[in-house]
Amino acid sequence: MISPSQDDLITITLNGVEVEVPNGINAVEAAALHGHEVPHYCYHPKLSVAGNCRMCLVEMGTPMRDRATGEAILEEDGSAKIGWVPKPVIGCATNVSSGMHLRTESDLVNECREGIMEFLLVNHPLDCPICDQAGECRLQEFATDYGRGYSRYVERKNVKPKRTRLGPRVTLDDERCILCSRCIRFSQEVAKDDVLGFVDRGSFSTLTCFPGKELSNNYSLNTVDICPVGALTSTDFRFKMRVWFLKETNSICTESSAGCNTIVSSREGIIQRITPRRNDLVNDTWMTDSGRELYKSVRSDTRILRPSVRGKDLPLLEAISEAVDTLRGKKIGVIASCHSTLEEQILTKRLIELTQAQTFLRGHFGEDDGILLSADRSPNLRGALVTGLSDQYPEDNLSGLNDTLSRGELDALLVLNEDLLMSGVSEEHLQKVALVYLGTETNSSARLADIVLPGLSVFEKSGTFINRSFLIQAFEKSVPGPTGLQSQVAVLAEIIQQLSPEASIPSSDLDDIWNSINNAQDSVLYSIRYSDVKKAAVQLDGSDWSHLNFVEQQALHYPAPILRSK
Amino acid sequence: MENTLHLSEQTLSKIDEVVPKYPEQRSAALMVIHLVQDELGAVDDAACEWIAQRLELQPINIKELITFYPMLREKPWGRKHVRVCRTLPCALRGSYATCKTFEKKLGVKEGHVREDGEYSLEFMECLADCGQGPVVIVDEKTYENIEGERAEKFADLLVDGKLEGVEEFKSYEESLNQGA
Amino acid sequence: MTVQPPKERRIILKHADDPNYSNRIGCYLREGGYENLKKAFGMKPEEVAEEVLKSGVRGRGGAGFPAGMKWKFLDRKSGKPIYLICNADESEPGTFKDRQIMYKDPHQLIEGMMIAAYAIGAKQAFIYIRAEFHEGAHILNRAIVEAKAGGYCGDRILGSEYSCDLVVHRGAGAYICGEETGLIESLEGKRPNPRIKPPYFPAVLGLYQCPTIVNNVETLCNVRHIIEMGGEEFSKIGKPNNTGTRIWCVSGQVMKPGYYEFECGALTLGQMIFDVCGGLRPGRTLKAVIPGGSSAKVLRADERFTGSLKDGTAFDWGLEDIPLDFDGPMAAGTMSGSGGIIVMDDTVDIVQAMANINAFYAHESCGQCTPCREGSLWMRKITQRMCSGGAREEDADLLLSVANQIEGRTICAFGEAAAWPTQSFVTKFRDDFIKKATDSTQERNPQTLQLI
Repeated sequence: MISPSQDDLITITLNGVEVEVPNGINAVEAAALHGHEVPHYCYHPKLSVAGNCRMCLVEMGTPMRDRATGEAILEEDGSAKIGWVPKPVIGCATNVSSGMHLRTESDLVNECREGIMEFLLVNHPLDCPICDQAGECRLQEFATDYGRGYSRYVERKNVKPKRTRLGPRVTLDDERCILCSRCIRFSQEVAKDDVLGFVDRGSFSTLTCFPGKELSNNYSLNTVDICPVGALTSTDFRFKMRVWFLKETNSICTESSAGCNTIVSSREGIIQRITPRRNDLVNDTWMTDSGRELYKSVRSDTRILRPSVRGKDLPLLEAISEAVDTLRGKKIGVIASCHSTLEEQILTKRLIELTQAQTFLRGHFGEDDGILLSADRSPNLRGALVTGLSDQYPEDNLSGLNDTLSRGELDALLVLNEDLLMSGVSEEHLQKVALVYLGTETNSSARLADIVLPGLSVFEKSGTFINRSFLIQAFEKSVPGPTGLQSQVAVLAEIIQQLSPEASIPSSDLDDIWNSINNAQDSVLYSIRYSDVKKAAVQLDGSDWSHLNFVEQQALHYPAPILRSK
Repeated sequence: MENTLHLSEQTLSKIDEVVPKYPEQRSAALMVIHLVQDELGAVDDAACEWIAQRLELQPINIKELITFYPMLREKPWGRKHVRVCRTLPCALRGSYATCKTFEKKLGVKEGHVREDGEYSLEFMECLADCGQGPVVIVDEKTYENIEGERAEKFADLLVDGKLEGVEEFKSYEESLNQGA
Repeated sequence: MTVQPPKERRIILKHADDPNYSNRIGCYLREGGYENLKKAFGMKPEEVAEEVLKSGVRGRGGAGFPAGMKWKFLDRKSGKPIYLICNADESEPGTFKDRQIMYKDPHQLIEGMMIAAYAIGAKQAFIYIRAEFHEGAHILNRAIVEAKAGGYCGDRILGSEYSCDLVVHRGAGAYICGEETGLIESLEGKRPNPRIKPPYFPAVLGLYQCPTIVNNVETLCNVRHIIEMGGEEFSKIGKPNNTGTRIWCVSGQVMKPGYYEFECGALTLGQMIFDVCGGLRPGRTLKAVIPGGSSAKVLRADERFTGSLKDGTAFDWGLEDIPLDFDGPMAAGTMSGSGGIIVMDDTVDIVQAMANINAFYAHESCGQCTPCREGSLWMRKITQRMCSGGAREEDADLLLSVANQIEGRTICAFGEAAAWPTQSFVTKFRDDFIKKATDSTQERNPQTLQLI
């Protein structure tokens, strides 16, 4: 993949107009930068170039030079004489160079596109109304834009297998496949799981898995995303919803510190699917299959939907008051969370300062797959470092809390998200202290808590996370939360407000929360505003933490976190 | 590696010999497939997996080849396999009729194996002996000008097992001077 | 009546039909074999390459590109190993010349290859032979063993520091493996999908992404003779820009089909058909000729070809006047290709012939790129239908349009190979195609020669 630096700009002539483009990018990308679409199927910016669909044929020429002298040959009017390549060339494999001429809109180019579209459709079923891809099908779109509009084909179409199970999550319709090989290249180059291939040949070539094998790796659904037609579909999402009904929201995957950029698609407040969103600094265009499942927790049986005090449901504000009463004047321990948003962490820190509470933090770790599932299985461990919740790299347990409790140093605990018993805290110790739990999921902490305060899932609120590379990324609320519930930020702000009415604390407004901390010159967050992060991810300087032993490995082509200076 | 295909020692040693001839062992795929097919008559899924393992590839990498090349088979041909050239130069000299003659005499449709497994017939693309068409290959021997009555006679001899030694139907290979 | 044609000049096939000549090394050595290898090894590699460049020898595989020039494109700066591959996949319908060389005189090829390998500095050489040449592979392997024993191939050739192993690699029945990048993919153990060019020019990014030269069997044999007589002398054979001899393979409806080796341009197509090959069968007239393997554009018997040659000479030819070299057929709007001349007389149903050819290309398309994959099968389906009573008047134009949508838009030259026959058949025999739809007597006549 070529990623030219911005200062390496060259001038080319695109459809007769001189334009600047980064040196070495291909004609498809170069044209796109200046608003000219070059339709394509097999080309994918994050995969090797196959050049097989031939949809991106364009005209290319270079200024002619005298073979003997090397001097430019000029037209009568003094302009450079252009030597046009006699045959159209594929844009995906044509890298621009200074002085190159490209025509992406010409009679020949249009004729090529019309021809390729016709060829792609002769053996393709024309049953768009019953195809699940309709609405996001490149074949359908380009047929409208570049197709002939009528069929000259009167022969029988090829017959191929329909509705094949390719793996636990992917269904294949071979008749719709246009043999672009994107899925095969993805499996080989990104997922490193070479299970897909073409069998037979010519027009009868058929995509398949070896008998007895499956496309079951944790990245299999990316093949669905990149399939330009309705050949590969998600078994889960298939026929559930027409895509044009979906509302799309930008989000961040919370599965690990990779912080994959996602699109959450919902209809009428119910999430239907999660797909990856391109970010060349984070996840290219990919994400895990497991990350796409996370939305199911929104409506899971274990979701906490009502505030309760000692087993009795109460309205949220009353429950918060009870919590404040429980915590007030006590020797408090706060169990902060790497799953909290940066804004929640800021308020947690503020609460700790005001109550002089002891802070405890645990990490969550797993195997690093070297792709996009990082060993740090929380989205915001670095947020906890940046907000000062910990100056050490957290262990994957709360044994420190257990020790502190065993010495009887605490009277009350405020727990964010964490499951205390699963974190190595003894139940016996917990019975001796008052316990307030703020989280979305039922767990041992919630069961043992005197007061349970529900929060909102990542899909129901906005905020920011700091990923493995110290990149702050914002996510947006996709769907409304359950009736009567408020965001954790609102709950924390209310608790702080009630505990110290005299203290100056930010409101639950995210801009305000950011403004409360971005004026400290020694903070890495200095002068960054929430609105900046919402516009585009912001790279932080993580060098203050370079002595810590971060667990993440290389992910795709992204190196293991090396702390970058600003 | 376990010899799950029960290949002969000879085939195994030929495989061991051919693989290191290539700078990259994947290159040996076609040659290894040929060797396995020569012994087993076909390369089924189990054979695909064995070959893939032998060359440190994925089974799909082998299956992709087997299904691409017409001379590689997932199911065996008959004990005698007859190939008739279909392409234009041979067709211009009557290969369609020749193929029909074989269908009739051998009792098998082109592209198929006779039920008893004795014969199979393939009407295939150019065999690169166009000057003497129609060209017929029986197993590994090439016979030329197999048309009209000659085709009938040839097929009869083949069915009767008497083709060998008939001067009129000396194969291209047998006509070569291979003396030292 | 045409005058007596020039006699064959057999250089490559000198011994091919000598009953006393065997394909073993003893015989080859008795006839002066491997002397030219010794001569070449007495020269610097670049001197050898220079002789080949001077000879002007053009590739005999189909494209006719000067071999010496091809070698010049070799990327010698990369530091990567260089490979030499002999394309022995002989698969263009109508071509059967390389078979004669490999079966009857394999050492000539090995000597040519080892000279070429030395000239380009190849680390290893391969012969990619089509699998139908089963005995041919045996013969070559035996010859390589013999050559190695004699020190003409393999380790420390002729006692020098230069070593080059030679491996025979068998294909498995795919026309596309004759395309050099498809061949390379096949040799790498992958499906033989031709590569996109740019960037994968074999001379730079060939086998294992290393610089690679792929030459045809006959071309490599010529290298041996170029060293024997010197590039300058070789270039005097034939005509300027059309040097050396060519082996023409004549098939189809002539009395004496077969392979004939002539100096380039020494005779015309008419002399070849009527004098060398004994003409047509009694009572028959000529209908069409495909001059360079089935992918070359067809010539109609009564066509006239006018224009001027590269050197400015004007020409006005009938089919019979076309000189048999590289440039003559090119001037007539077709090509000499791989030298396969397919002759059709007036008994041929031209639409059936078209259907036959289309069936070939549809079967052989690798299926990688859209226009060739879908277009070749579509053309097959149209012509097949036309020959089964379902012809429509608009089919001729449709065929032409489909072919035009393939040509120039594919990854490899197979697109042209599939499109040119249709473009030329439909244009030149338009009436035959229209008649299929309009004339009910065109229903299949059991007496007609069946071609599909």
